[in-house]
Amino acid sequence: MKFIDEYRDANAVKRLADKMASVVARDWTLMEICGGQTHAIVRFGIDELLPDKVTLVHGPGCPVCVTAALTIDTALDLAARPDVIFCSFGDMLRVPGSGKDLLTVRAQGGDVRTVYSPVDALAIAKDNPDKKVVFFAIGFETTAPTTAMAVYRAAQEHVANFSLLVSHVLVIPAMESILSSPEASIDGFLAAGHVCTVTGYYAYHAVAQKYNTPIVVTGFEPLDLMRGIYACVSQLEAGKSEVDNQYSRAVKPEGNLPALKMIDGVFEICDREWRGLGTIPASGLKLKQEYAHHDAELIFDLKPSVPEESTVCISGRILQGAAKPPQCPAFGTACTPEHPLGATMVSSEGACAAYFKYRLLSKR
Amino acid sequence: MCIAVPGQIKSIKGANPIELRGTVDFGGVERDIMLSFVPESRIGDWVLVHAGFAITIIDEDSARQTLREFDQILDESEPDGDAG
Repeated sequence: MKFIDEYRDANAVKRLADKMASVVARDWTLMEICGGQTHAIVRFGIDELLPDKVTLVHGPGCPVCVTAALTIDTALDLAARPDVIFCSFGDMLRVPGSGKDLLTVRAQGGDVRTVYSPVDALAIAKDNPDKKVVFFAIGFETTAPTTAMAVYRAAQEHVANFSLLVSHVLVIPAMESILSSPEASIDGFLAAGHVCTVTGYYAYHAVAQKYNTPIVVTGFEPLDLMRGIYACVSQLEAGKSEVDNQYSRAVKPEGNLPALKMIDGVFEICDREWRGLGTIPASGLKLKQEYAHHDAELIFDLKPSVPEESTVCISGRILQGAAKPPQCPAFGTACTPEHPLGATMVSSEGACAAYFKYRLLSKR
Repeated sequence: MCIAVPGQIKSIKGANPIELRGTVDFGGVERDIMLSFVPESRIGDWVLVHAGFAITIIDEDSARQTLREFDQILDESEPDGDAG
């Protein structure tokens, strides 16, 4: 097995969609909260195969998209400083803050480097002791243990010139924020498979029970996605609201204990601003006090500005499942991946960017 | 962002879990990957890799079971309409 191709059988996916059409009796709206799933759903046209009664909406599952514009501005400030090497995952480089992005800063002489892993940024810090190396630590629980490990090792090895600009976010507070919103009416969730690889899914039971909402841990390939949707719809039709794991090859109920231990040792929970959604209480991670000397927000002299955001963009409503990208007046005209106005267009995993690439461009 | 790619462990080095790493083969391309979060992994295991770290060992029995169950769902006779 290669664990990819086996799960891309188009005929089987289509047949399961047809079977779903024969069992679904009522209208249901499901939300995925994972940019990778959003991208795959739109790329493979999973949503277009579904029965009319089943609607998929796309939650705030792209951490690149939801990183606050203020934090992007801080990144731009740091990256432009002559004594700084600013390291980031590649998908952050094109995300605009107020007026420009990290690629622009690099073009203007800033030392901005794309890294594959946070530990690569640590290696850059060791190789450049005369520079301050900052890693832009974004991502959900999937990514948090990898940045935690980098800063843990920096502390162990006394790499004093290494720091993190932290903007990690947590999935469950976002789900609860959406379920509590009067705008959205989500009947069931597809839980992000790779987040659950780290966190497990014990914590989802309380959410499923409290909001009477089935939650199905789902993978990323077409067959995985259709299976997750089928399992969620089957629960809804049967009046159930349980947590179900349809990605058992990668997800254990308890998650990855060494990774969780690393997160707990390095980070603590904090309030976090989400681009397009505003501040969600207890929805982020920040470095613990004992790692304060590796916290870029504390060790650099920063002057926060108030970022300008578009007034036309409806990404906040899209992130809550209350609207879809084509409903935005700016979609594909004033707002494109080259000139994004809001959170859901800034990264390829944002719902608007996925619709632009796979729906709008393909029909032009 | 949370994409994790499957690959197969070809070699392992390091005794301390914090520094445990290995060579992982991604369909012919080999990379040096941290194995700190899967200290129980062995050569030949398939792992999901995210941001340079293996974050889980793929359970091959579950992987096959998923495919079998999918076939079973499709092979089940059509429901009689009383699905609710």
